[in-house]
Amino acid sequence: MSLTLQFIPYAEIEQLDSKARIKKLLDAAKKDKIVLLEGRLTAEEEAQLIQKTMASINKKFKGIELSVIYPDAGNNEFFAKLKSRLVNILLGNRSGLTIIGPANVVKEIKQDPDKIQLLTQ
Amino acid sequence: MKAIKKFFSNFFSSLFRKKSQVKLGLYGPPNGGKTTLANRICEDWLGEEMGSVSAMAHETREVTIKEQVTIKAKDGRELSFNLVDTPGIATKIDYEEFLKAGIKEKDAKERAKEATKGVIDAIKWLDDMDAVVIVLDSTKDPYSQVNITIVGNLQARDIPVLLVANKIDLKKSDIKKIKAAFPQYDVIGISAKHGKNIEEFYEALFEVTK
Repeated sequence: MSLTLQFIPYAEIEQLDSKARIKKLLDAAKKDKIVLLEGRLTAEEEAQLIQKTMASINKKFKGIELSVIYPDAGNNEFFAKLKSRLVNILLGNRSGLTIIGPANVVKEIKQDPDKIQLLTQ
Repeated sequence: MKAIKKFFSNFFSSLFRKKSQVKLGLYGPPNGGKTTLANRICEDWLGEEMGSVSAMAHETREVTIKEQVTIKAKDGRELSFNLVDTPGIATKIDYEEFLKAGIKEKDAKERAKEATKGVIDAIKWLDDMDAVVIVLDSTKDPYSQVNITIVGNLQARDIPVLLVANKIDLKKSDIKKIKAAFPQYDVIGISAKHGKNIEEFYEALFEVTK
């Protein structure tokens, strides 16, 4: 079985509104591609992604596995948090990596703060 | 003068309306024990159950509300709220999982369809909540994106959160892991099924709905 990974740089979604971002990511997952998005969606966009995923479930598409690596997770220092927020304000949510795998390809994504394991079907 | 009167009238009416209609939501992934906790609360304070529970995921597929639940603290304080039990939030639903659990194909497909709608509705309802209890199974890994997404959405909406580590009666239970995953929140370990630590949970509800 071969896996297809599709890397989406943040620049590709930067100018899109939330609806278009979610459509782009979900369309790739529906084509059985594992999406690697540079950066991350907002919490609200993640919730919308879940809603759109649920609305798309059918016999062939069973949903997604979703995971995000946050590079600054676990760093509770005030200045580190402040720096991270400033970077987000200036450059968007570029830090981190979002992984979206179609559920019929990816069985589970095990996530620790700085490590991700993809278990395939 | 009329404007000032109107301001105070609106201010106080909105204050009391909000207090008398506090919506307390139970959120979390499937099978964390949300409905078991809802039943525990309703049995303790209303003398009746709220919904059916099952070992199979997605037993609760509709948002259900129990109005005017009033709990009392030992010192006489009272707290009234509308309790909102929500379907477990998931990113995938496979009707074949229900088939494996012994459900007939037609019913399994229907159950899956209802479950997907339930997840959509649960997320829609987030905007209406005044406070939320996130119910996590303390025997499971808390580092799931669904948990992080729920917490992130509540933070973005500025909704007060109480984290409950359920199923502490089970050997594999690990509250420390949940505390480590969400250090910004108080975590109360309970067994909703057996009522363990439930007094501490009720006391925490007064704090989260302040």
